[in-house]
Amino acid sequence: MTPAATPATTPAASTRKAAASPEADADAPPWRRLGRWWPALVLVALVTAPFSSLSLPGLLDGPIGSAGSLQLLALCLVFGALATGYDLLLGHTGLLSFGHALYFAAGSYSTELIAAEAGLPFWPSAVLGVLCGVALAWALGSVALRVSGIAFSMVTLAFAQAGSILVERDPGGVTGGEEGRAVPADKLPASLAGIDHTANLYWIALAYLVLTLAVVRWAVRSPTGRVWEGIRDNETRVEVLGLRPYGFKLVAFVVAGALAAVGGVVHLLLTGGATPQTTTSDFTLSLLVMVVLGGSGSRWGPLLGGVLYTWADHRLGDLAGSDAVSGLPSVLRVPLSQPLFLLGTLFVVTVVALPGGLTRLGRRPRVRA
Amino acid sequence: MATVVLLAATGLGLGALYFLVAAGLSLIFGLMDVLNFAHGALLSIGAYATWWAASGHLPGAGSGGAGFVLAVCFGTAVGTLAAVVLELALIRPLYGRPREQVLATVGVGLAVPALLSAIWGPDARPFPGPAALSGTFGLLGARIPVNRLVLLGAAAVVLLALRLFLGRTRHGLVVRAGVEDRAMVTALGIDVRRAFTLVFAIGGAAAALGGALGGLYYGSVDPGQGTSLLIFAFVVVVMGGMGSVAGAALAAVGVGLVQQFANYYTTSGLGDLAVVVLLAALLLLRPRGITGRLA
Repeated sequence: MTPAATPATTPAASTRKAAASPEADADAPPWRRLGRWWPALVLVALVTAPFSSLSLPGLLDGPIGSAGSLQLLALCLVFGALATGYDLLLGHTGLLSFGHALYFAAGSYSTELIAAEAGLPFWPSAVLGVLCGVALAWALGSVALRVSGIAFSMVTLAFAQAGSILVERDPGGVTGGEEGRAVPADKLPASLAGIDHTANLYWIALAYLVLTLAVVRWAVRSPTGRVWEGIRDNETRVEVLGLRPYGFKLVAFVVAGALAAVGGVVHLLLTGGATPQTTTSDFTLSLLVMVVLGGSGSRWGPLLGGVLYTWADHRLGDLAGSDAVSGLPSVLRVPLSQPLFLLGTLFVVTVVALPGGLTRLGRRPRVRA
Repeated sequence: MATVVLLAATGLGLGALYFLVAAGLSLIFGLMDVLNFAHGALLSIGAYATWWAASGHLPGAGSGGAGFVLAVCFGTAVGTLAAVVLELALIRPLYGRPREQVLATVGVGLAVPALLSAIWGPDARPFPGPAALSGTFGLLGARIPVNRLVLLGAAAVVLLALRLFLGRTRHGLVVRAGVEDRAMVTALGIDVRRAFTLVFAIGGAAAALGGALGGLYYGSVDPGQGTSLLIFAFVVVVMGGMGSVAGAALAAVGVGLVQQFANYYTTSGLGDLAVVVLLAALLLLRPRGITGRLA
């Protein structure tokens, strides 16, 4: 398919979902009405996953209920949720931020610091850590949003890069430099420490995902969310209507930052420490890849993209070491051994050939007039 | 005194490297409004191609004398070709959708270093350079590596060539007019798209040359080199004014010197931090003043 042949989708058309109106729903066959309940079914399946001993060869390394698989699944859920929160900026408000990793890292580093240095128990530290992330998002967002367009992207990139440099230089031994910081084992609640309790961590990750989906859905449908949509489609018009886009954009920035900070805490629990990789601009770029891959501005797209990306990032490496791949000629084998190359290429293909992301694939093509 | 001279020479060398990256970046952004996140990848391609040729894979090329010059030419040519392919294959189909263009370059910027590290490994490779360039010379009591001079010389040549091209040729005229007002140039019946490809080729060539000579500066090549230079190049582009080559040159020297001196005289890393904060401050204080088109 040539890119030129792709129908240019107006932003408004791409988000106006073909949501079945009540009348249409009554006419729909019963299986279609049932079909609308699939998220609940998926949720039930996800909640009960730790009890399952089913194994998915190729997809996961062991049975679903094993600690290793649950850990990977939980990471997938966390990044899926993080991408969903990031899409509040990118897909719903039209803000291209290159510094979202900063708030994620702020949540995880400050929680760890408060727990380890101030000696508070874990949960109060987590609350304070999230508040730190929110405060940072509010402070930096209120500055960065003074400019718009590509300048905004670059300011957020600069802030994130400054954070990354700070963490790496390790001023006063606070951030642990390249090694990051591990949560002291005695600080963790007993029900969350150790490999036996991976299921609990998994449920926390799932709860974070549900929270993010609920917040994003609620926020997008609120009156503020309507204004976000307007800002994305035509900011000047919103201004002409007498609304100040700045405040609305700041709210979106802070809400997304808060969700990211919560995600940072969940990630801290999951991996047992704060790592400097989460501060790098590469991490933000991978969020961008997740969102665009899945479908920016759609309800399930970022989640799908995040889960796929995280799974691919972890599993493609193993796959590259498998016999099936090592038997291939080097022209194929070498690129396949780099998940980031495959994901980057897939991302470029998505941007050029499939503007709506993966979620567009399932939708029936619109009837041409 | 010797320390100051050495720091100044190193800062100037770094500034020359920044200029080579930023010159193309600045022209591309000025003309096409595309912030090219793949520019670091182009630099890496140039560096690896030069390294590949200089390691004896290209007949005639080598690590010394004329062989090294050939290797650098080869690296620059490969980088130019990569830039043209990038423009024709990815940027051109997305004309009129600046956000998608930026995203596409982000993807390339992720994929190319990954591919390079898949082929040649993620670790830094020693860069073979001519013996004549690996020595030092004395200046005001300091021993200064010769390769700093090479970088400065190359940057000066590129600056001169770009100014001649932009000021004295018809294509340069179209590019300058396009930076000023793209719609007007199109309305006058000139196909600006050809200028787009041309500017990408020039930018790719400068970046690839920077990569080849950056190998001399760092003494090694690694897949992440270009990407880490890119953010400082952004600072230079914003400081110098989008689309201004002379501005980029001045800003590059300033940024290189500030970074070196601050890193040496204060704690290490503060210089990098200062430059990054400078980027934010500049964009916030003068979003229109610098360019009039950024905001």
